[in-house]
Amino acid sequence: MSKIPAKIVKVDYLARVEGEGGLYIRVKDNEVKDVKFRIFEPPRFFEAFMRGRDYSEAPDITARICGICPVAYQMSSSQAMEDAFGVEVDGQLHALRRLLYCGEWIESHALHIYMLHAPDFLGYEDALQIASKYPDIVKRGLEIKKIGNELMTIIGGREIHPINPRVGGFHRASFEHELKPMIEKLKWAFAASLETVKWTSTFNFPDFEYDYEFVSLRHPEEYPITGGRLVSNKGLDISVQDYEKHFQEIHIEHTNALHSEHIGVGPYHVGPMARYSLNFDKLSNKTQKAAREAGLGKQCFNPFKSIIVRSVELAYACEESIRIIEQYKRPEKSFIDIKPKQGTGRACTEAPRGILYHRYGLAEDGTILDAKIVPPTSQNQKTIESDLYHFVKKNISLPEDKLTWQCEQAVRNYDPCISCATHFLKLEIEHE
Amino acid sequence: MSASQTKPHPQKLLVIGVGNEFRNDDAVGINVARKLRKLNISAIQIMEDTGDGAKLIEKWKDQDVVVVVDAASSGSEPGMIYRFDAVKQKMPTQFFNYSSHNFSVAEAVELSRTLNQLPKRLVVYGIEGKDFAQGNSVTSPVKKAAEYVLDIIIEEFRTKHSSVQNPH
Repeated sequence: MSKIPAKIVKVDYLARVEGEGGLYIRVKDNEVKDVKFRIFEPPRFFEAFMRGRDYSEAPDITARICGICPVAYQMSSSQAMEDAFGVEVDGQLHALRRLLYCGEWIESHALHIYMLHAPDFLGYEDALQIASKYPDIVKRGLEIKKIGNELMTIIGGREIHPINPRVGGFHRASFEHELKPMIEKLKWAFAASLETVKWTSTFNFPDFEYDYEFVSLRHPEEYPITGGRLVSNKGLDISVQDYEKHFQEIHIEHTNALHSEHIGVGPYHVGPMARYSLNFDKLSNKTQKAAREAGLGKQCFNPFKSIIVRSVELAYACEESIRIIEQYKRPEKSFIDIKPKQGTGRACTEAPRGILYHRYGLAEDGTILDAKIVPPTSQNQKTIESDLYHFVKKNISLPEDKLTWQCEQAVRNYDPCISCATHFLKLEIEHE
Repeated sequence: MSASQTKPHPQKLLVIGVGNEFRNDDAVGINVARKLRKLNISAIQIMEDTGDGAKLIEKWKDQDVVVVVDAASSGSEPGMIYRFDAVKQKMPTQFFNYSSHNFSVAEAVELSRTLNQLPKRLVVYGIEGKDFAQGNSVTSPVKKAAEYVLDIIIEEFRTKHSSVQNPH
């Protein structure tokens, strides 16, 4: 047995992550021997209890998987049903869906950037400490978030678990006069988001890059939110229909959440950095300019810089919301009629933290026979472990407290939603 | 209306029940809010919330009197009731519960204090829970504590409200 002291870094409960999880890293003879990103939040069996429910219940039930990104669940489930029934929601109903989704991106990104991720870069324990030194900055973040929530309330009926979306569209389509007052607020939010891009670009970032396989949606006309083909920077270009031919979920003993992998390839990276790096050309001129001025290229491989990328997407979502509202004409009918039929439906949309895949098998009367839901955090788990392995390997000589801090930060780069993935976070770095 | 004609105006009360109704004892704050709503007291405004700190700040910052009821998980006896006069005292750290994309009542109170966005009066009740697993049944000691908290909220409100309406 080696007498060289080994190092074990443990974070029992990672703060500022959603759900219950932990991190364990074992280092021996200056080599990383083991990295485990553990999720011990119990599984919630959503897929199982979807069986036997009516197709129309899927958006409301699956929205309950997450209080931060319910719209993502509603959109992926609705669109999967529409895929099975041969229905396409387009025109103003599609625009309204995209607008609702922008509201979710705005509130989710603003919260993560200002309240959860920025403290890591400024050397503070939490946003409270930032607020005592920079109250106006925290107020700015809260105000941007509030505007995202307002948008969700207007379109979705309420900001958490919106009740208005349904398979085929909405129970009630928003009126122009309800949305127009948001334009001035969104103009402020857009300017504040551009300031956010500048602010986050001034942070100090660990020197760390990795040659990820980025996977995101790509749409011929839009920055991807509600649909498109699944593409990667390593040559993948597939229909959402073929997702399960290329990606699989596997059970790993140390975690309650299934790990996803690109079959035959390995870990892949979903979320803002993947979307940005695969769709830079679909950003608006103003957001592209903001990204360049912040020092970003057309692709970004430093996961710590995801806070800048998330800020660019925040700005994009505000600008896109303004565009949609300015062009919005309330549709006469708020939903497309649905006629259930037997079959299988699949859909994938871009939740704030990455692609969210849903697949449902349906009986002739629309009863759900089986369901598969793959949230973004499940897909990023392997990549988070890989980042930690390579980051610790490169920074093994860092003092233990700094290494632990930066490992936690490396996890938060992904804004992991453990509740979604299982369905909290504990960090252990052990030097033997 | 001249100043001499102005009658004392009763302060409105906002009660916010916080929790997750699908996580057994975590539903206690929501249940208190719902019971209070059934009593239909016009001067009491009721709100249910999942505990989104940013939203809580927004809701209470311009209010006079706010009562928040939430489940607590500090390791003490289930049904234990904690009462914090949040304008006068800091929320204890064991009630802090950050997550990756949310922050809860205690953080919201402290952030509000730092940003000078607390209401004039803010009382936070924390009811110690026992079972936070998935499900929709609240355990017996927590139910009992909820009844007690409901009575205190109504009693305190009535005392203050009647003194305003019937000045001596």
